[in-house]
Amino acid sequence: MKRCMALTGVVIRELYRRKDFYVLFVLTALITLLLASIQFFEDLRMVRYLREVTLLLIWISALVIAVVTAARQIPAERESRTIFPLLAKPVSRGEVVMGKFLGVWLATGLALAVFYGFYLLVGTFQGAPSSWLLGFQAFWLHWMMLAVVVSMAILGSLLFSAPSVNSTLCFIVVTGILLLAGHLNIIAGSMPGLWGALLYGLYFALPHLELFDVRDLLIHEHPPVAWGAFAVAGLYAAVYTTLFLIAAWWLFRKKPLST
Amino acid sequence: MWGVEPILRIEHLRVEYPPNRRGELPKVAVKDLSLRVYPGEVFGFLGPNGAGKTTTMNVLLGFVHPTGGEAFLFGVNVKEPIARQRIGYLPEMTYYYRFLTAEEILRFYARLFGLSSVEADRRIQRLLKLVELDHACRRPLKHYSKGMQQRVGLAQALINDPDLLILDEPTSGLDPLGRMKVREIIQRLKNEGKTVFFSSHELGEVETVCDRVAIVHQGELKVEGRVEELVRSHQANLEQVFLRIIGYPTSLAA
Ligand SMILES: Nc1ncnc2c1ncn2[C@@H]1O[C@H](COP(=O)(O)OP(=O)(O)O)[C@@H](O)[C@H]1O
Ligand SMILES: [Mg+2]
Repeated sequence: MKRCMALTGVVIRELYRRKDFYVLFVLTALITLLLASIQFFEDLRMVRYLREVTLLLIWISALVIAVVTAARQIPAERESRTIFPLLAKPVSRGEVVMGKFLGVWLATGLALAVFYGFYLLVGTFQGAPSSWLLGFQAFWLHWMMLAVVVSMAILGSLLFSAPSVNSTLCFIVVTGILLLAGHLNIIAGSMPGLWGALLYGLYFALPHLELFDVRDLLIHEHPPVAWGAFAVAGLYAAVYTTLFLIAAWWLFRKKPLST
Repeated sequence: MWGVEPILRIEHLRVEYPPNRRGELPKVAVKDLSLRVYPGEVFGFLGPNGAGKTTTMNVLLGFVHPTGGEAFLFGVNVKEPIARQRIGYLPEMTYYYRFLTAEEILRFYARLFGLSSVEADRRIQRLLKLVELDHACRRPLKHYSKGMQQRVGLAQALINDPDLLILDEPTSGLDPLGRMKVREIIQRLKNEGKTVFFSSHELGEVETVCDRVAIVHQGELKVEGRVEELVRSHQANLEQVFLRIIGYPTSLAA
């Protein structure tokens, strides 16, 4: 565990010293502030529209940060050949996968906490406060969803050698799931025979990331999510994350690393 | 020597790389290589480029899995990560984390060995002095010259105070002064009783520091022995022995 944390520390340090990540982070934070500070609060519809845009921006930005950094980790170690002195230490490849995952996930969690913090703070100052409890739940669920995404991108980085290919595929898969996965069963029902069965299979096998999206509840000021459902969602994310990480470790374990 | 447990043992090692294209035969990089290195020795692993030196070392470090045969460090099969607890390794060419300072890199590696932070700090200060980087230790590595990066490499290889050092061409790409420094460090490690296993294709520097050498060519072990004995039995200096073994007409080389 100590070794995993050492690896995690390096991932986080790299992220805050890299400028591209910073640019995205600062930009999102600024736009969040800007959008939220416009005075339209007489009109409820306008308020909701602005909230929707802000949250969408946070979702896109967090997804980009998570996928791009996760997809880069192991390929960058191989390209810069830092993987050699690293694995020459008494650290197992499983620990490397775990350390990288934790580093990226914690870093995106920090970014996410800042985004949601801004969102809630500005709302409060503007006299249209959202529920802080629901805000926290939205942040937490979003972060759990990103655990699945980060582990998926790390698995992808061991399947596809080019990080850009992997990132693109991850974006497509994640947005595909977010937009479509909830409706797959209905589509499957309308299709006869083999295709319908296949789609049903997909519906049950896919991680339903859209379940972690409670933006509508935030926008329309619903009461907080029931804690039972909240806990189940966390568990659900943990199961998929674990599966992806085990698969990543399995692939990495046997991979020859020659020059 | 005999009766002492070898610190490094390679048994009938064979390594094949899968072919690049279908239909081609796999590339055999190492063939039936057996080798023993004993505690306290400085062992030179020599051979021309492409002889299989790096591949052999990559097996010892668990980067590449043998097609056949086995290798042990301290009697532990190299498949186990714990076999690497007491070794230090300097890769052939490596770039370290560019965004970290020398101090941060060494601290990171120290944590991988489970050193306490007090102990780590003590060693880091000593090593930075040894490789003469104490003045630059707070700058990120991207501002370092090649020679400086190589010295960071040496320092990281020594962070766990290893009993066995595996150095892959530690002097390649360095200027004469840099080479001399590296040789000095190897000599000092030897005086401290460490075992050093290093590869090289430059013979001049080997004679002065090595106790024993092995010469490999096209993946096969050609000769192995004490430097004086090789020189005596072949009636030639090490460079001529080397060139003869790799099939280069020595009359031209002389
Ligand atoms: N990843 C690889 N795939 C295919 N062949 C390789 C690979 N790495 C090395 N080789 C081949 O194996 C042989 C030994 O290489 P290497 O161990 O790097 O030699 P050395 O370190 O002695 O210069 C060379 O012929 C080289 O071309
Ligand atoms: Mg080599």
